[in-house]
Amino acid sequence: MKARVTVMLKTGVLDPQGEAIRHALGALGFDGVEGVRQGKVIELELAEGTTEQTVRTMCEKLLANTVIESYRIEVL
Amino acid sequence: MKAAVIVFPGSNCDRDMAVALRQAGADVTMVWHKDAALPAGVDLVAVPGGFSFGDYLRCGAIAARAPIGQAVAAHATRGGYVLGVCNGFQVLTEMGLLPGALMRNAGLKFICRTVPMRVETTDSVYTGGYGPGQVVRLPIAHHDGNFVADAETLTRLAGEDRVALRYVDNPNGAMDDIAGILSANRRVLGMMPHPERAIDPLHGSTDGLPMFASLVAGLVAA
Repeated sequence: MKARVTVMLKTGVLDPQGEAIRHALGALGFDGVEGVRQGKVIELELAEGTTEQTVRTMCEKLLANTVIESYRIEVL
Repeated sequence: MKAAVIVFPGSNCDRDMAVALRQAGADVTMVWHKDAALPAGVDLVAVPGGFSFGDYLRCGAIAARAPIGQAVAAHATRGGYVLGVCNGFQVLTEMGLLPGALMRNAGLKFICRTVPMRVETTDSVYTGGYGPGQVVRLPIAHHDGNFVADAETLTRLAGEDRVALRYVDNPNGAMDDIAGILSANRRVLGMMPHPERAIDPLHGSTDGLPMFASLVAGLVAA
């Protein structure tokens, strides 16, 4: 089985990289890009039967820094 | 005074840290990250700068979970002293020994230069050798030194006199101009600037010397 974890900066945490991307899009002529947030996607290949709760623990212990980041888990 | 300097793959200020501590009179042992225990009788653990594990995932994230990490955390919990510089500061926040997090510099650039900062508290074994409000010049060399914490944490750090150093001209966007913070028991210090790179006139600054002198003297007396 596979799981996909999406890690994003929490709302309200300034994302300087997202801001740089927004400016670059504007420079390319894409008007109307009002906000960009950059995150990361982590794909896990897991033994069958691994629970979502286990993946959640992985996120809490390592994959996300919950001081500044939130995460979302999709079991594929 | 016995000190241990932790070495991770990608650490690059470990030997500078050892030189600075030895020069101040400490008995220094280098400790590899795969070791599960610290040498017996260690007073101070120094977590040096560098790019542990290539900064993969997040700066300091992998190092914080290395086998030696639990021993460092246990040392801090027992009331032991821990100094984290640059990547070491990032490791200590990832371990949860210090609050907040260090994010990408607001200007997105790696910054490598000597900058002025103010000693905000002299009430610690690390900063006791400076005058109150003294401005010191220390090198910074980081891509992710932008200190972030929630409003409640910032209020608590200020209220408990736990901000050790503040930038005079904030180079990286750090909240409240924070360059270094202390733990609640004032024995764990995390700081982005490099005191170990300011201990010789050839370094361009010797403002790091009082920190190591005060640290070694304080722990010998303790």
